[in-house]
Amino acid sequence: MNVLEIKNITKKFEKKIALDCVSCNIKEGKIFGLLGPNGAGKTTLIRIINQILLPDQGEVLYKGRKISLDDLINFGYLPEERGLYKKMKVGEQLLYLSQLKGLSRKEAIKQAKYYFEKFEITTWWDKKVEELSKGMQQKVQFIGTILHNPEVIILDEPFTGLDPINISIFKKEILELKAKNKTIIISTHIMPSVEELCDEIVLINNSKKVLEGEVYEIKNRFKENIYEVEYSKYADTITISHNINYKIINTYKTNNNTSIYFIKIINNDYTSADLLKDLLNSGEIIRFNEILPTMEEIFVKVVKENEVCIRN
Amino acid sequence: MYKKLKLIIKREYLIRVKKKSFIVITLIGPFLFSLIFFIPIIVNTLDENELKIIAVVDSSKIFYKLLPDNEKYKFIYLNKSLKEAEKEMINKGYYAVIFIPSTVLTTPVITISSTRQPSYNTRLYLISAFKSRIEALKLVKNNVDPEIVNSIKTDVKLNIIKLNKDGKRQTKTSELQIVVGVIAAVLIYFFIFMYSSMVMKGVMEEKVNRIVEIIASSVKPFQWMMGKIIGVALVGLTQFISWATLTVLIIIFGGSLIVENLNSSKLNYNELNNTINSSYSKVDYKPELNDNLTKITDLFVSIDLINFPLMIGSFLFYFIFGYFMYASIFAAIAGVVDNEADTQQFMLPVTIPLILTMVLFSNLITNPEGPIAFWLSMIPLTSPVAMMVRIAFGVPVWQYITSVLLLILSFVVSVWISGKIYRAGLLLYGKKVTYKDLLKWIRL
Repeated sequence: MNVLEIKNITKKFEKKIALDCVSCNIKEGKIFGLLGPNGAGKTTLIRIINQILLPDQGEVLYKGRKISLDDLINFGYLPEERGLYKKMKVGEQLLYLSQLKGLSRKEAIKQAKYYFEKFEITTWWDKKVEELSKGMQQKVQFIGTILHNPEVIILDEPFTGLDPINISIFKKEILELKAKNKTIIISTHIMPSVEELCDEIVLINNSKKVLEGEVYEIKNRFKENIYEVEYSKYADTITISHNINYKIINTYKTNNNTSIYFIKIINNDYTSADLLKDLLNSGEIIRFNEILPTMEEIFVKVVKENEVCIRN
Repeated sequence: MYKKLKLIIKREYLIRVKKKSFIVITLIGPFLFSLIFFIPIIVNTLDENELKIIAVVDSSKIFYKLLPDNEKYKFIYLNKSLKEAEKEMINKGYYAVIFIPSTVLTTPVITISSTRQPSYNTRLYLISAFKSRIEALKLVKNNVDPEIVNSIKTDVKLNIIKLNKDGKRQTKTSELQIVVGVIAAVLIYFFIFMYSSMVMKGVMEEKVNRIVEIIASSVKPFQWMMGKIIGVALVGLTQFISWATLTVLIIIFGGSLIVENLNSSKLNYNELNNTINSSYSKVDYKPELNDNLTKITDLFVSIDLINFPLMIGSFLFYFIFGYFMYASIFAAIAGVVDNEADTQQFMLPVTIPLILTMVLFSNLITNPEGPIAFWLSMIPLTSPVAMMVRIAFGVPVWQYITSVLLLILSFVVSVWISGKIYRAGLLLYGKKVTYKDLLKWIRL
């Protein structure tokens, strides 16, 4: 089921077009990745979903009907511009923010205590925000985003400025939220985390949507039929070479004296099974797998192609 | 809707009231205010507690032992030249030397030399002492009975009665009305500026702290702005009420000290009278102090000329609505600018009317029903200040109602427009906003 439907959103600032007729659907209980280079329009889209900005054209549907300000209590939002009231104490601040999202004070205290223990920050309750480091503030803000148990969680660049330990804490929590059937939108530059977390993505470049779909499906779409094969060190005579079906694009010996070949199939009728059969003749194979492109490679490729299009 | 508004009001209120600076200013303020009342009195008391020895060099020979001593002034009469007397003053620490020329009756000029600046009270005391002595002598010389002179002395007072068009009596005018009107107007001006700026600072702080987006994705801009404005209004009322209560308490407490002080000075005045009367039994000594006293009493008698319930009611109304209007405009300004320096560009056109009212103050007082006073008390940007001056003098009912309605109307309009600008402007970090942009947002 689509929790959010973004329909033909266009937004202009002065002379610059931030979003040009962007549409996408966000499914319930999935993690949705919003990707794109700097200035592509991701944050604008997120602000429109949060109704901080109004679109010039198009609309956002929440559960099938036009979104309204009253729906905001079902949303948790971690903005890219991190900020908290500096002079306010951490505990009071989280209670205030979650009460603004519709929680009762009692419920807010209960939830806050739960997360303070979970994130092992119980000693921070009475500290002023300005006494915390940036990373610590981000942790507090992340808790503030999810404290009121929202159905949709929107995280704009959630991992920037965090150390690896905290990144893994955040990731674990995001996956736990997904397990609770929450819908999560992540805007990020960190591609490995996209592969780890996201079910679906949309890639925006130059205010236009240039790619969308399930992560696995996209990777398959962009695969180049390259296979990696590893022969054991006891295979002394390996006799493979280019032919009409495939070509060897790289090869090297590992420290363990095994040999690795990267082979690209060039004949569309030639399957991976055919290739494996042929390769088996050459020696003892200890590993054979298809190389799928990383999201990073796809990202760079698509954005570059897109720019060529624009220039032409 | 109201739950969130209440939450915002509560936070905005508590965060300011709990501040150390707020508590300190709220507690110290009344002491400073009452100091304004007390300083002259305190200075006087300090001054007058000391016994002043004044040497008299009398060439005219008509004042010997006739200047009135009391516990503050003691006169000693020296049969020396002025130069010698001055030397003696420095050696023996007298307060001053008075030189009376022999021609004093024809040209009444008396010289006082001192190492210090003779206090105002001392000068008054000397002048009245010499004046009555010389006047009495002149009367006797011309064979006039001083009793007659006293009986023909007349103080003329002008009693102003204002009539309605149908001939009904309205409140009368007095100096007190001017004083009350001016104080009320200045207070309103001061409070509107102070608390509206507080709202503006609060908005700037949220922008600097980058919390704008989180709040914007939780509450409606109108709730947000109103929450802030009402929160600060409550801070203002808290401060105003604590100031008023504490100041009144301090003045009442201090006042009891002053009354004692006044009584003792009256005692001195009687003593003074007695001493003089005993030497000039036929002359009634009337120092100018007495005139001042009657003036003050007149002032307080006319307190009942002012419609205080109307005055206080209007003060609260014009303060609250004037503040709401200005605060919403200030909030919108803070919403569109990036740093406090830029606020000036937009604040100027808004504050000019208020400053103009202060500039035209004297016109308001001298001609409270003239065209300038009329228009200033109708235009909502100036009416809170201008109307306070006029109310003390009495305002035609239709003008009063029109002014109130105009202010309420412009309050609604300014809050509505500001809400829109506030919402549109909040997220424009680092971008200069022009008046053209503002118009566009209002039309949205």
